[in-house]
Amino acid sequence: MPKKRTEKKTFRLGEFLIERCIQGVALISLLFICLIFVFVFREAFPLFTGQAKEPVAQADVGASETYGEEPGAALTVDHPELEQKQEPFKARHLLAKEWQPVSLNPKYGLLPLLWGSLKVTLVALLLAGPIGIFAALYTSSFAPRWAREGMKPVIEILAGFPSVVIGFFALVILASLLQRFFGFQYRLNAFTGGLAMAFAVIPIIYTVSEDALAAIPKTLTEASLALGATKWETALFVVLPAATPGIFAAVLLGFGRAFGETMIVLMATGNAAILTASLTDPVRTLSATIGAEMAEVVFGDIHYRVLFFIGALLFIISFGLNAIAEFFVRNRLMKRFKGI
Amino acid sequence: MKLQSITTGLLLGALSLSSAGTITVKGSDTMVILAQRWAEAYMADHTGVTIQVTGGGSGVGISALINGATDICNASRPMKASERESLKSRYSSLGVEIKSAKDGLSVYLNDQNSLEGLTMAQLKDIYTGKIKNWKEVGGSDAKIVVYGRENSSGTYVFFRDNVLKGEDYVSSMQSLPGTAAVVNAVAKDPLGIGFGGAAYGKGIKFAKINGIAPSAETVKNGTYPLTRYLYMYLRSRPTGEMKQYIDWILSPAGQEIVTKVGYFPVR
Repeated sequence: MPKKRTEKKTFRLGEFLIERCIQGVALISLLFICLIFVFVFREAFPLFTGQAKEPVAQADVGASETYGEEPGAALTVDHPELEQKQEPFKARHLLAKEWQPVSLNPKYGLLPLLWGSLKVTLVALLLAGPIGIFAALYTSSFAPRWAREGMKPVIEILAGFPSVVIGFFALVILASLLQRFFGFQYRLNAFTGGLAMAFAVIPIIYTVSEDALAAIPKTLTEASLALGATKWETALFVVLPAATPGIFAAVLLGFGRAFGETMIVLMATGNAAILTASLTDPVRTLSATIGAEMAEVVFGDIHYRVLFFIGALLFIISFGLNAIAEFFVRNRLMKRFKGI
Repeated sequence: MKLQSITTGLLLGALSLSSAGTITVKGSDTMVILAQRWAEAYMADHTGVTIQVTGGGSGVGISALINGATDICNASRPMKASERESLKSRYSSLGVEIKSAKDGLSVYLNDQNSLEGLTMAQLKDIYTGKIKNWKEVGGSDAKIVVYGRENSSGTYVFFRDNVLKGEDYVSSMQSLPGTAAVVNAVAKDPLGIGFGGAAYGKGIKFAKINGIAPSAETVKNGTYPLTRYLYMYLRSRPTGEMKQYIDWILSPAGQEIVTKVGYFPVR
């Protein structure tokens, strides 16, 4: 916290301009977020006002002319044009148990997708949480200085590792290894996806927890050691509990990352929209659904709107989690140690 | 993609004023390599003609045709009634359909699978989830692991309409991005089944459908049941430069390129 200046600043043009520039950049990024928010919601909104474009009725409009066909040689293949039988979209359809958007009778149930996202995220957090937190505890409390200085940057670089590479690794190598080792019925499943996702989540949980642990005042550690506690007792029973809000925030950020991650789950989870309890069944997540389906969807129709609604849902969830995480770090952690 | 088609449109507008020798082609990703080979070969023999080829997908190509952003649209599926209708409302034409090549859709099995083939009815039951075990179709007593393509794919729709007769895929079908991913998955999964274009991969074999294996012969004469056409669509009957190009594609020289790229000639 810098001390408040009491002396009056002399006006410098250069400084003023730079200040305004930085302010402008900050405002622009804020504006971008707001615009993205507005756009995503605007595209999803017509779903609930009943203005989403219904598919054109398959009236008999006649066939196209053909060109360059030898008489008699044509139509050895039969292409039936099947009738769409879609009922008007209602918001309650989003709560159905089936996701079959490209069907003659489309079903837009988001439950299997939400469930899939939760399953993968749960696996990722169960694996990445302990690893990330204990690695952070090691670096902050036990590691010699050289190890600490080497470890943190290296793990942070891992956070920038392209997720498509992790996904590819999981698809080609990890999935076969796990199947051989555990005898999974399905090669690609929630567990494989979650394990791959853990690679992406560990650095986030590690970095944020490490910051929280490092922010614990030395006086706490020293007091504990002076009372005769061993090093690991101090780490486990004094430092770790004191940093709980920060670690909770780390886990929430990890959750947000896992929930929104697309490439890894698209490649490694098998993408089957089913509602089952087993962690070794294939799943389809919200984010992977957008990733897989947005490219070919008809602009403005119900499927398009539903995909944007999923986007809005992901936005709200990650926004909420980040806000809670921020609140925990800012308010709880800071308040707690202000007195010390 | 949209911006791209708008720019292409503007570009096309500007070009059509200055030169009549440019033909734009847009559409199916399945056909993009084929269309490029055609364009290269044709341009090598006919100086003064420029043919621009872009992909984007069948749906994207058809919208570009409707918006006037492309001269020729490639599509791996026939135009839908709704699309013909919007074309009609703008150009008072239902479009001109040209069957430019044939493609055989394959059903992949792991090469450890003792089955040699399936009937269309069995295939339908497997993909709609009525048959769940290999022993029901004469294989070993093990669960079938069903792989397919993502629902944004033209192949997904073709298979749904022609094999499932419009019924929904079983929701436990694992949808994978791209033919290569399906081939890879089936190659690594002894209980897997998948479908996609003609592909070459270690560890898989092509199932006979109704006793007929996919080959140049069976696809060409249409006895292989999963044969589909690859289409080109125009807004009106071809004239001038365009007619020459289309006629060349349908000629033996053009059809030879179809075979080289790995598809099958229409005649």
